Amino acid sequence: MSEETTSSEDDITAIETPVYLTYNFTAGEATTRFLHQVRKGKVMGQRCPGCGNVYAPARGSCAACGLPTSEEVELGNKATVQSFTIVWIPIPNNPIQPPYIVANLVPDGANISFIHLMSECDNDSVHIGQRVEAVWKPEEEWDYAMDNIRYFRPLDEPDVPIEMIGKVPLSGWEGKA
Amino acid sequence: MSDLLRQQFVLGYTYTRSTGPVVGRFLTELRQRKIVGTRGDDGRVFVPPMEFDPVTASALDEFVEVSDRGEVVSWCWISEPRDSHPFDEPFAWALVLLDGADVPMVHAVAAPEAEMHTGMRVQARWSEEPRGYITDIACFEPEVTQGEG
Ligand SMILES: [Zn+2]
Repeated sequence: MSEETTSSEDDITAIETPVYLTYNFTAGEATTRFLHQVRKGKVMGQRCPGCGNVYAPARGSCAACGLPTSEEVELGNKATVQSFTIVWIPIPNNPIQPPYIVANLVPDGANISFIHLMSECDNDSVHIGQRVEAVWKPEEEWDYAMDNIRYFRPLDEPDVPIEMIGKVPLSGWEGKA
Repeated sequence: MSDLLRQQFVLGYTYTRSTGPVVGRFLTELRQRKIVGTRGDDGRVFVPPMEFDPVTASALDEFVEVSDRGEVVSWCWISEPRDSHPFDEPFAWALVLLDGADVPMVHAVAAPEAEMHTGMRVQARWSEEPRGYITDIACFEPEVTQGEG
């Protein structure tokens, strides 16, 4: 007990126990095709020959019909907010400062959403059905990655009604389908 | 068709865990190069300490200091250590029954494979800078008794 006097430090109440999972991710054929186009500044979807749905990023087959989706469709730079959340917790080692918006966005011409960031917006006024457009990085920074698109920002266009989200054609939305 | 794209990435969960008072006390003592357990209702000493008696379920709060020397009661040789293991060189995971304890604890033993055996005497090698983690015990190694070494 004579050592107690040397212990001026606080008692241990918590310990850091990080878990790191090291993955070697193989994109697969459909995603590789998609990323090669993203590398060139294009967002491509794939159309199902059965139901006609367009998926982006595509996985190479339609989950509903089980058919390969070999037809490629170039999608627009505009999208619609299907859902979103405001993130208040900082991500360690991530330069994005909270609060920021993460949204499920359906690009024009596609029928399902992907996840991306929103910025240049008033967080409190972001809403479902809102029209947004992609803001790309400078071309010299493009890589095989979705963050070639820095974020999406609001467009001054009428909202898409909920029942029309995921059905906006490639030709866009001007208040009507 | 271009070659498939591949990429390495690391998914990290940066947990901080609350220790609770019993494990917290164990780690606080480790930082001072002491090993403590808790005494169960039947008198057995559990190291690392248990918060509750495994038979009666009553809360345990009697701490008992045990030796940093003990005996290997079981072991497994790791001939090809992985990145997350404590050593690059082959070593053993072992159940070490410390003198004064009644249940063994798992830790690494650094010793030549030929020396490893059930019943072998080992002693803790303490880390240079203990900070309140189980790794404050760097490993166990073959015991050096007085007169030897
Ligand atoms: Zn389909």
